[in-house]
Amino acid sequence: MDFLNAIVALSNFVLVPAIAYGSQLALGALGVTLIYGILRFSNFAHGDTMAFGAMATVGMTWWLQSMGVNLGPLPTALLALPFGIMAAGFLVLMTDRMVYRFYRQQKSKPVILVIVSMGVMFITNGIVRFIIGPQERQFADGERFLISARDFKQMTGLDEGLAIKTTQAITVITAIIIVALLFWFLNKTRTGKSMRAYSDNEDLALLSGINPERVVMVTWLIVAALATIAGTLYGLDKTFKPFTYFQLLLPIFASAIVGGLGSPVGAIAGGFVVAFSEVTITYAWKKVLGYAMPDSLAPDGLVQLLSTDYKFAVSFVILVIVLLFKPTGLFNGKAY
Amino acid sequence: MKKLMTATATSALIAGTAFAGSHGEDVKLGIILGYTGPIESIVAEMGPAAELAIKEVSDSGKLLGGKTVTAVIGDSTCVDASAATAAAERLITADGVKGIVGGDCSGVTGAMLTNVAMPNGIVMVSPSATSPGLSHTNNEDNGLFFRTAPSDARQGQVMSDILLESGITEVAVTYTNNDYGKGLADAFQASYEAAGGKITITAAHEDGKADYSAEVGALASAGGQRLVVAGYVDQGGSGIVRAALDTGAFDTFQFPDGMISDTLIEKFGSEIDGSAGQHPSPSPELAARFKEVAAAAGFNATSPFVPESYDAAALILLAMQAAGSSEPADYKDKIFDVANAPGEKIQSGELAKALEILANGGDIDYVGASGVELIGPGEAAGNYREMTVEGGKDVTVGFR
Repeated sequence: MDFLNAIVALSNFVLVPAIAYGSQLALGALGVTLIYGILRFSNFAHGDTMAFGAMATVGMTWWLQSMGVNLGPLPTALLALPFGIMAAGFLVLMTDRMVYRFYRQQKSKPVILVIVSMGVMFITNGIVRFIIGPQERQFADGERFLISARDFKQMTGLDEGLAIKTTQAITVITAIIIVALLFWFLNKTRTGKSMRAYSDNEDLALLSGINPERVVMVTWLIVAALATIAGTLYGLDKTFKPFTYFQLLLPIFASAIVGGLGSPVGAIAGGFVVAFSEVTITYAWKKVLGYAMPDSLAPDGLVQLLSTDYKFAVSFVILVIVLLFKPTGLFNGKAY
Repeated sequence: MKKLMTATATSALIAGTAFAGSHGEDVKLGIILGYTGPIESIVAEMGPAAELAIKEVSDSGKLLGGKTVTAVIGDSTCVDASAATAAAERLITADGVKGIVGGDCSGVTGAMLTNVAMPNGIVMVSPSATSPGLSHTNNEDNGLFFRTAPSDARQGQVMSDILLESGITEVAVTYTNNDYGKGLADAFQASYEAAGGKITITAAHEDGKADYSAEVGALASAGGQRLVVAGYVDQGGSGIVRAALDTGAFDTFQFPDGMISDTLIEKFGSEIDGSAGQHPSPSPELAARFKEVAAAAGFNATSPFVPESYDAAALILLAMQAAGSSEPADYKDKIFDVANAPGEKIQSGELAKALEILANGGDIDYVGASGVELIGPGEAAGNYREMTVEGGKDVTVGFR
């Protein structure tokens, strides 16, 4: 019984939140890594693209809610998602046309594009606040919990509760579907193959008759879709607030770099590595160990490796270690 | 372009001289609060309260022989010390304010005081900075800093009393990682442990993040009968409560002043039934009176620090009247005199009467909207409202 309690407590406070957070990071890191692989620069505007897509989804969700449309137990936001993706797609194609294309034609160095993307980041940042304001916005509806902590305790008779939020489940399921679709697209379709060819060797790809503008456009559209989905899932699971997306940029980049920039598999692995390390290293193991160990060995202290203040530091330590010992990341990304 | 500039400059000059020459000279008073940032929803009510006191004095036409008062507003952002310092600098040097109502959060208030107000010799009266660190017992502030809100050392004591009286002897504490949160958490810990309570863990949280699962995981593991959330309702505080409720880590919470607002009830409603809290707030009689005064101006008189904001502005202006001068160096010593006995008691909405008495050489004891009584280094003694959440509503338990 105590052993079960230990597992439940661990799942409730470590496994479930970390898996959901990891999926959100992975989706975000995939977008960053695709841009890096194909357009060859670190896109700092990615966090705010997420905010923009999520904002459009939130607006659409409110409209649907006001029309009385809903998905029953599922959040209405899922229905509004395609609209959000379209809006974000429009935004990134416009910025590409107006900003990035100029630098691409100049064959600017990646570092210039990085700075340019920061400019785009600030502007997108401003647009989002201008439209929806800086406050927190609620747009989640439907059932809040798949299992709530209280119900779980009654069902199982255990001392510890396990809560799984609907949004956490949706996050993980959506992430799996999206990743599967993305890999199928990159590996099996003609456009996906031409994207990979363009990423591997631009000149060779041009010689084989691949239209670079088309590759760039498709890449941006996929990135917009990934960003909107990641942003909306994050907003659903936590809460929508423009500033948090800006802050997400750090863990997202850490994930992408840890996995290896330019490698989609790496981005996913990196997302989970960062999420799990943030949660497990700062977790106080007192409760779990108290259940799992015999009474005589149960710890008095909190058994916490690092105070939660250092949560962000953890991702950076991992980042530094990876860069020191395996600069191309866990999955051999590119390093220009 | 050059011509236009000259023309503008000339007309400004003419307007300036004409203005200075007129009888009703203008006194400017700065209001520096966090109009944006973590407590923006509280400040939305505080700002108008301070402006109301200014308007009341200005409209009476009795200040220093008929001077008008205008409010100049600056944004402290609550968290960004350099932004707050820049705002204070601008108000003092460019606008020429004679005193400042503000700042709001303890960290930026300290920065504004030492970097701008003290070098320029400007009086600051804060309505809401409650960090014990701002109690200048050895005159480090040159007698320029006052506050109409009590220090958190006192709130820590009150919170500890409330918890122990309701039989709660073991709590977990989380605080927002700044002067306010840390000061309050320390003050609470000292009182609570001295009275026999046990604190299982004291963990800081950073504001502005969306994910607090790591923090709540640690808090839950340490356990406790209640979670004390010394944070901000528009920021991490709510995130912590949300995550604690979702994971079933804690059912009830203890909220200090930064958490208590309509937003809290709106967000959580009956989910936090059984939770309690306390914040500086005047007695019911004073509150009822101030509510009438506030109703006409259209702001919420029961939101935290709103009465204190009104009082902060009123105190500065009354002290000017008592000193017969709008210069900070002259009136800073009068703030104690007008705030405390002896003298005729002055309620909110009676500022005109107070100005009259002072003009005739009388003495007043300003009670105001929050029952101001200055003690020690120039801070309010404090009145606390104890509240609890029942059926998704904020219910007043009593005052202490």
